[in-house]
Amino acid sequence: MKITIWGCRGSMPSPGPEKNKYGGNTSCVQLEHNNSCIILDGGSGIQSLGKKLSPDISVVNILLTHLHIDHIMGLGYFQPFYNPNCTINIWGPAGSSESLTVRLRRYFSPPFFPVRLNELYAKINIIEINNSSFKIDDFVIKSEYLCHPGPTVGYRCELGESVVSYMPDHEPALGSSNFPYLSEWCSGYNIAKDADLLFHDGQYRNEEYDRRVGWGHCSMEDAIEFGSLSNVKKMVLFHHDPVNKDLDLETMLHQSAQNKTFDYELSLARENEVFEIN
Amino acid sequence: MSSREIEVILSRQLADSLSTPVFIVDTEGSLIFYNEPAEELLGLRYEETGVMLMAEWSSIFTPRDDHGNILPPEELPLVQTMTEQEPAHGEFWIKSLKGIKYKISVTSFPIMGRPNRFLGAIAIFWKIMEK
Repeated sequence: MKITIWGCRGSMPSPGPEKNKYGGNTSCVQLEHNNSCIILDGGSGIQSLGKKLSPDISVVNILLTHLHIDHIMGLGYFQPFYNPNCTINIWGPAGSSESLTVRLRRYFSPPFFPVRLNELYAKINIIEINNSSFKIDDFVIKSEYLCHPGPTVGYRCELGESVVSYMPDHEPALGSSNFPYLSEWCSGYNIAKDADLLFHDGQYRNEEYDRRVGWGHCSMEDAIEFGSLSNVKKMVLFHHDPVNKDLDLETMLHQSAQNKTFDYELSLARENEVFEIN
Repeated sequence: MSSREIEVILSRQLADSLSTPVFIVDTEGSLIFYNEPAEELLGLRYEETGVMLMAEWSSIFTPRDDHGNILPPEELPLVQTMTEQEPAHGEFWIKSLKGIKYKISVTSFPIMGRPNRFLGAIAIFWKIMEK
């Protein structure tokens, strides 16, 4: 399985020379295996991904964690939507009242976007999920609601024995009792457990998080603790705050990791970074 | 151990921060959490009991009506909520495990996750001061 990061910035795109290393595009990760193309979130990074896909691609699966704008803002610029020979399956979390289709139409309509959902050329299927398990080709995907404002899921993508987990927006310490010690009472544990590769929110410094409890994101230190609780093999910190430059992120990681004991690989998500898992 | 649904986790977090006694049960009716004010009312600590089955918690506090008659489980609001998946309310007497009798008011309601998934129930207790 090949995994490519097309965007890992949080909240809003923030390009600039001081952010060249980790990138300014918002959430988008691609999983590839044989002919399968699974895309996690449709942030601004999906625009570059769309240009790289073969024009002959016939099926694309887009798995949305939630509908905050930084996770869907690139959808309208994703080229396969304008290919009449392409089928695009959009998976996303069910809400309490409005359907996923109705909520997506808010984005695909003026004044946010000039082209409406039913005017796109591709064949589009919209599938609501909740705490679900479903198959996409050889992948088994598990989704589960997470601690984050509004309907939000994390995804666990299993291919044989390999597991990639994706929870770019997650605040595990908020709802958890006795965090990070009780897996039974910790949001997201089922999605992350024993993952080979976990993409996880790590937006804040500790002192920043203290002023932003309930906003749906977590500190790097909490993310590191969550990785240990979940027994992951590698964790990639995701959803970089748009105000943080490359050097800021590296300083944050160093400071957050230096007082922690953990036994897995830890790194910062970097746009265009590629992982291979066998 | 697998984690519980986020709606249940957050319900516990809410209960944990209230000074009102609260019970949380799962879809089987097992008592999976009660908060400190509930511990005081019931006379036992959550850490000591852990998960309690419905048959146990519905009778251990010997619920009685105003005339001293034992209430069967099906007349308890929380049991009704589990059965009907609807809110319920009632007033009755209980005897804590320390032997103290209280008259309590209980309101229970189902925990319905998105999209309409029944995940258990919450009961909120209120100690009634008898004049």
